[in-house]
Parts: sequence; C-alpha cells; structure tokens
Amino acid sequence: MTDLPASGIHGHPHRRIDGRAKVLGTATYAFEQDVDAATYLYPLQATIARGRVRRIDTSAAEALDGVVAVLTHLNAPRLADTDDKEYAVCQSDEVAFRGQFIGAVVAETQEVARHAASLVSVEYDEQPHQVVLPDDDKGLDDPDEVNAGYPSDTAQGDVGAALADAERLVDETYSTPMEHNNPMEPHTSVAIWSAGSGDGDASLLLYDSTQGVHSVRRTLAPVLGLKPERIRVVSPYVGGGFGSKGLPHAHNVLVALAAQLTGGRPVKFALTRQQMFTLVGYRTPTIQRIRLAADGDGRLTGICHDVIEQTSRIKEFAEQTATATRMMYAAPNRRTSHRLARLDVPIPSWMRAPGEAPGMAGLEMAMDELAERCSLDPIELRVRNEPDIDPDSGKRWSGRHLVECFRTGAERFGWADRGEPGARRDGDWLVGLGVASSTYPAFTMRGSTAEIAYVDGRYVVRIGASDIGTGTWTTLSQIAAEALGVEVEGVRLELGDTDLPMATVEGGSSGMASWGSTVVAAVDAFRDRHGKDPEEGATARAETPEHADRKKYATHSFGAIFAEAAVHADTGEVRVRRMLGVFDVGRIVNPPTARSQLVGGMIFGLSMALFEHSVMDARTGHVVNHDFAEYHIPVNADIADLDAIWLDHEDTNANSLGAKGIGEIGTVGSPAAVANAVYNASGVRIRDLPITPDKLIAQSGSTKTGSPQSGHM
Amino acid sequence: MEATITLTVDGRAETVTVDTRTSLLDALRDRLGNTSPKKGCDHGQCGACTVLLDGRRMLSCLALAVAHDGADVVTARGLADGDRLHAIQEAFIDHDALQCGYCTPGQVCSAVGMLDEAAGGSPSHVTADLTAERGLGDLDDDEIRERMSGNLCRCGAYVNIVAAIREVVGTTVDAQATTAAR
Ligand code: FES
Ligand code: FES
Repeated sequence: MTDLPASGIHGHPHRRIDGRAKVLGTATYAFEQDVDAATYLYPLQATIARGRVRRIDTSAAEALDGVVAVLTHLNAPRLADTDDKEYAVCQSDEVAFRGQFIGAVVAETQEVARHAASLVSVEYDEQPHQVVLPDDDKGLDDPDEVNAGYPSDTAQGDVGAALADAERLVDETYSTPMEHNNPMEPHTSVAIWSAGSGDGDASLLLYDSTQGVHSVRRTLAPVLGLKPERIRVVSPYVGGGFGSKGLPHAHNVLVALAAQLTGGRPVKFALTRQQMFTLVGYRTPTIQRIRLAADGDGRLTGICHDVIEQTSRIKEFAEQTATATRMMYAAPNRRTSHRLARLDVPIPSWMRAPGEAPGMAGLEMAMDELAERCSLDPIELRVRNEPDIDPDSGKRWSGRHLVECFRTGAERFGWADRGEPGARRDGDWLVGLGVASSTYPAFTMRGSTAEIAYVDGRYVVRIGASDIGTGTWTTLSQIAAEALGVEVEGVRLELGDTDLPMATVEGGSSGMASWGSTVVAAVDAFRDRHGKDPEEGATARAETPEHADRKKYATHSFGAIFAEAAVHADTGEVRVRRMLGVFDVGRIVNPPTARSQLVGGMIFGLSMALFEHSVMDARTGHVVNHDFAEYHIPVNADIADLDAIWLDHEDTNANSLGAKGIGEIGTVGSPAAVANAVYNASGVRIRDLPITPDKLIAQSGSTKTGSPQSGHM
Repeated sequence: MEATITLTVDGRAETVTVDTRTSLLDALRDRLGNTSPKKGCDHGQCGACTVLLDGRRMLSCLALAVAHDGADVVTARGLADGDRLHAIQEAFIDHDALQCGYCTPGQVCSAVGMLDEAAGGSPSHVTADLTAERGLGDLDDDEIRERMSGNLCRCGAYVNIVAAIREVVGTTVDAQATTAAR
C-alpha cells in the first residue's frame, strides 16, 4: 500500500474488497437491481407549508399514455399504524410542511411519470405557518430527552455563582445553520409487492439504499401491517448516508403503497437531489449561548451551554447538541439545556455526528476565545482543564489520551509557529493556525447475530450489516479471517440483506465495535463446535457478547484537530491550506480505510465551517438553495494538504475488540479548528457558521484589525 | 415521442428506442442496463454521470440521447481491458481513492479524460502561463485538484484521488521519458 500514515499503524493494510466493483461501476446500488417489468414513481409534493388539500384532480395524469397508477390520499391503501406521522404517508388531506408527499404517479418510464405528475392540479386551504427558528427561548418546549437517550438538561454545582465570580469570562452566542446530509447516491427504494391470497400473507421485497436493512424492516412492518418476516430488505451497496439513511423515511412508505397498485410490478423510486432537501432528514439549525467562567490561570470554574433548536410539529427529533459539553472539560459548576421550537418544517434527523458536531463547534470556538482572554495558548488551556474522570457520570475513562493527541499534533503541524491574530501575511493572504478538541462516544450496540458456515473450503460469514462506504466489506472480512486464523481470501462475507442474521444499524460510529465483536464471538462458537478442521456445511452462530467491564467506564474517542487558514485580505475568501487530525480511537483494523473515514470526516467538518447552509424561505417554507449549484460542499480544489493519524492505544475497556469508532469523530472538532484558524489569520471572529466572505468583510470594519500590517481585513 | 438511435457503448454496438426526453444517462442506465455511470443530481452539478463521449469526458445527464445518435460512449466499466483494470482504476484501489463508490465511476472517467486534455496541452483555471507549451509533466497537485473539481465526492476521498492520479501521471511521464531516451 502507498500513502499510509507514517505512524500508529496497528492493523494490516488491505485493499478495499469492493474496490474493483466500485471503480468499474459494476457494484449495484438499490436503483440498479435487475428487476423485470419495472415501473417508475414520481412523487407529488405539497406546495404550501401548512394546511389541507382541498381538491386534487388527477384526471389528466391518469389519461396520459404510459401511466400505470396515480396515488393520492383519496385512494391510497390504508396503513396499519399511523402514530409516527413521518410514515403516515397519504393517509389524510393534512399538510404539515412544504414538500410533503401528497401523492405519486407510477408510469412505464421516468419521463412519463414526471410529465404526468406535472399534470395533477391541487387546491389547498392554507394556514399560517412558522418555519424559522426564533432566537429566544420563550415558549419553547423542554424535550423529555434528546437524541440517543440523553437527558435534556443537566446541572451540577452553582453555575450562577461561578459566572458572577469569574475572573475570566466568555459569554457569547454561536450558531450553526440547517444542513443537509447529501450522500451522493440519492435515497432510493425499489418495491415489489406480492398480494398473496389476501389473508394477511402479502409480502414486500424492498431494494433500498439504507444504513440498516433490519432497522428498515423492523420500522416498516407495523406501519404496513405486515409481519417482519413478510418483508425482505436488500441493500448490498450504499452510496453514502451520513445518518440520512439510518432510518426509513417517507419515501419507503410511499413506494410500498404505490407497489400495491401495480399488480405486482416493481416500482422504482429515486428521489431527486432537490427532493432530498425536504424528505430524508437534515441537521437542525442551532443557537448556542455558551458561558465559560475561569480563574486567572485559565481553570474553568463554570460551564453553561444553552441550546435552541428546532423540530417538526408532527415528529420530535431533539438533537443532543450540548451533551459533549457535559464530559469534555473539568469544572465544578456546570449547566446544559436544550429547548425545542416546533415548526412547520420537514423532520430533522441524524446527520454525521448529530449533537457533537454543532455542539463542539460552539464549545471549541468558545474555548479559543477563553484562551485569548486568559492569555494562554489554546492547547495549554485544554491541558489545564483535562478531567481525571468523566465529569458527567463520575466514571473512569476507558481510555482518554487527548493531551497526547495535542502534543503529537502540535509537533507535526508546527503549532509553535502560530502568531498573534492578524499578524502573519503572505502576499494578499492573512494566514493563521487554529486548533480544537474532538470527541465522540464509543458505542457498542448489542443485538446483532453473526453466522459462520464452512462451504466449499471457505468460511462464509453472514451478518445483515451494511457498508455505506465505511469499509465494512473489508474490515469485517479481516476480523473474521484473523479470528479464524486464515487469510482474508479464505473468508466470504455476506452483508446487506434481511435474509442474513440480525444486525444493528450502521450509526453512531458503532459498526466495527458491535459487528466485529459479534463476528469474533461467532468464530469462537464455530471453533468450539467444529474445531480447526470443520466438515463441509458446518455452521455456528453467536450474538453480540456482553462486555461486563464496559459499564464501569466512560467510553469516548478523542482527537485534536489542527488547521491552517488563509484569508484574502481584500475579498474575505478563505482557503484551508493544511489540516491534521490526531485521533485516539482505539484499535484500527484496516489503516487505509480508517484513514479515509477520518479524513472524509474532517472534510465534512471543514465543509460545515465554510460552506454548508440550507437557506429556509420564511414565506414559503422552502429550502431555496436545494441543489449542488447553490448548496455548497467542498470540491477537490477546496481540499489541499489534509491528513489524519492516530495513536496506538487499543481500548479493551470499551469493548473486547478494542476499537472505538471512527466514522464521526473527524467531523466533530473540524469546524471549530477551521473557525479558530480563520480568527488567528484575520483577527475577525465569526460565531455564525458558515464563515463566508460577506461575514468576514462586514465584521472586519467593526472590530479591531490587529496589527497595522494586517491590511484591509 | 420516441426515436431509435445507435450507440457504441463500451465497444459494443447498441440500438435503442428512447423517448426524445431521455437523457443519455437514463438511456444507458434504464434502457441499456449499463449502470456504471451514476445519477447524483441529474443537473450537471456533481459529475457522477461522467462518461467519455467520442473520447472526451462529459456529463451524460445533460445530454439528450437522441442528440447523440452514432456516438461512441465509454463508461468506467468499458475502461478495463477484460480482467485488466485501467491504470487509473488500479491506482484508485491502491490509494483507497473511494469510499461509498457512488462518485467513483465518474471520477475514473473524468480522470482519464482529464489526462488526455492535459497531454494535449489544454490549460486550466490555475495554469499560470497560458501561452507556454504544456504536457502531462506539468500536471502538479493544484492542476489535478482544479481539473477534477467537476466531480463531487461527499465521502471526501479527494486527497486519495489526487494521490492516485499523481501516481499515474508519474508513471506515464517516466515511461515516455524512457521511450524518448531509447
Ligand atoms: S448526475 Fe450528471 S452531473 Fe450529477
Ligand atoms: S466515494 Fe462516496 S461520494 Fe465519493
């Protein structure tokens, strides 16, 4: 292998097993599954933000040649369970957000379906709507809990007194905008419905682009009124998800309803890029007031993190924005809270590092400001506030080597060269360095099962897990091979099908820890039963093992992210010239795919810092920049010298595999690292992401511009 | 309205009847069953659908199939010579220049087309001297990044994509130098 990190390699590098199929384009994603007599679905979407469909006229669409069926709330098959309003598709005339599905056309070709959809005319009874997050918390809801089961609020000690007595104080408000996951492969579902004899023995085959075939089946079964075993979900290759394919969304239900109207013919449905800005989740905007109180030496005496965010009126999703603040630094007094505005907006959901990504953006920008107010190096400030135990749970750390991440990174990155804000200039560019901590919980999810079978001289490993680009095809094969004591070529992995044993969703960076330890347990069971020399056809299964020690510890990954930013003195354009992440993530199974995950995560975070912003139109409830021309993500030219390395600390306190998860931690500290570098470069502090030239230019007039040679900025 | 056209796709002659509204991308994917080019946006904004059309890289979602009767189309699938992958494809695997793989066939076609453009002397936005003579050897990292910026990768494989292309540029230039020295 080329291009491996220079240090900290603990796994044996292996080329991506699915690489060949992917560079050829022969890896088949959901839409590309070969089905007979396919039909194509194009959805009808509400053009108001709140109200009712008064009249819907489908006659012109139905009359069009090639139309197979038109579905609306008037003729849609009834769902068995409509409690979850996201899935209660076309069950009433109610409209809860702009872009909501109000029907669909199914036709012989994509062109006819789309044309027919344009012929449907709809009249509405419109009601007043509210789609923009208010910036004060009056009248907002206090959720019972936030995502991943954390309490909404926490309090320790007396924060009020700590703030009042602070020798050094930061009291600032930071904001992050609405953002959309935008995996490159659109959400896609191909549904084949078999009516059966009509006696409750209908069945559904779904080729779906998902992070978890079993979670799709389990979620949809009660909605559709089918027994889980009557649904099969197949998803061998997935073109990215970043959380938006973690749970089924309304399109899965829509296509399953439509497939009941085609006499058994398959219905193919791929959302357009534009539709993905409404129907498959997004990251809520956040408004975060952060107060940090410290003594003269920079020791935190109080931390207060109050978050305002949004959810949809019909379904609650409360992002856990302030949870990292509960465990990140030592402080005797601490308060965190989440308040929720229920709006007439699409339903927010998981987006890569929900909670940690926006919350640590706020906290780590605030820490940078505190360092300056304490006249301390930002790394030294973090070192001084390193907690011995988890301040939230009071438990010992399973492993926490954050300071080592900073020290290693500082040396490699040349942190000592950092100067005063606005002091370094390179031609027309102001150049600066920034740093931030990163963290992510190390989850091991129980409830998966793996099966090992010996077939034709090879070990077949079966688990209904998924690979959304994370490298699972390769890493699970490696883990199985290592446990079996054979070469990787001696293993054949099967993934992405509910006909395979149950596996938890690919989310929360938990895949490797959860499925990997399950596969190892299955190998142990296999060897116990069949020994080293198994007979043809021998099989054994095991579930995710209990790791008794785990509960004694607080289990988290850590990282230090360094960035060098250049800000154009006249235009405010920002370029990230260098970025380095140093991670403490436990065991690394396959260095090249791990590095890709970490680097990709950092790019996702850089993108949050500089580019991503879904602009909601208050008048219409519509994301106006709903495509790649207007919603910016980094292109190749935006990424220069960017790398990730890791420390050599397996964490067997966290799980038997010693691996802590790598999918999200790259994203977490990166927005603040870039924002802090922009401040160090320009002397201008932007607290509202993304940091765009207009904000830098507007602010530069109103703040001190650093030293005289800092030019126009 | 429908029309029947003939295309050469990955070296094979194909006759296909399409709706006149059908894009070349949908003709390949839905009518001819070649799903190597991907649909990421259908609007010319992501590059996932990049193929080589008569030897040049282009966005097949922005082309109407009927407008390309008789064209020669090469997808990432057709770049391989039997079992032997194209050098760019090998380099992508060696450098782990992909994750989910959905942008990858487009990246591969784009890289192949881009190398031809560079070898032919085409400048880019970051080329300093537009009048100087240029070849593959002038393709530094900034040039590669700029020229590959029409292909989005949400997984963020850019660093490795550049490394893969850099390696192929290096070996090609070296091979040319050896040939010239003989
Ligand atoms: S699908 Fe053609 S550019 Fe995106
Ligand atoms: S590899 Fe996933 S989008 Fe590029």
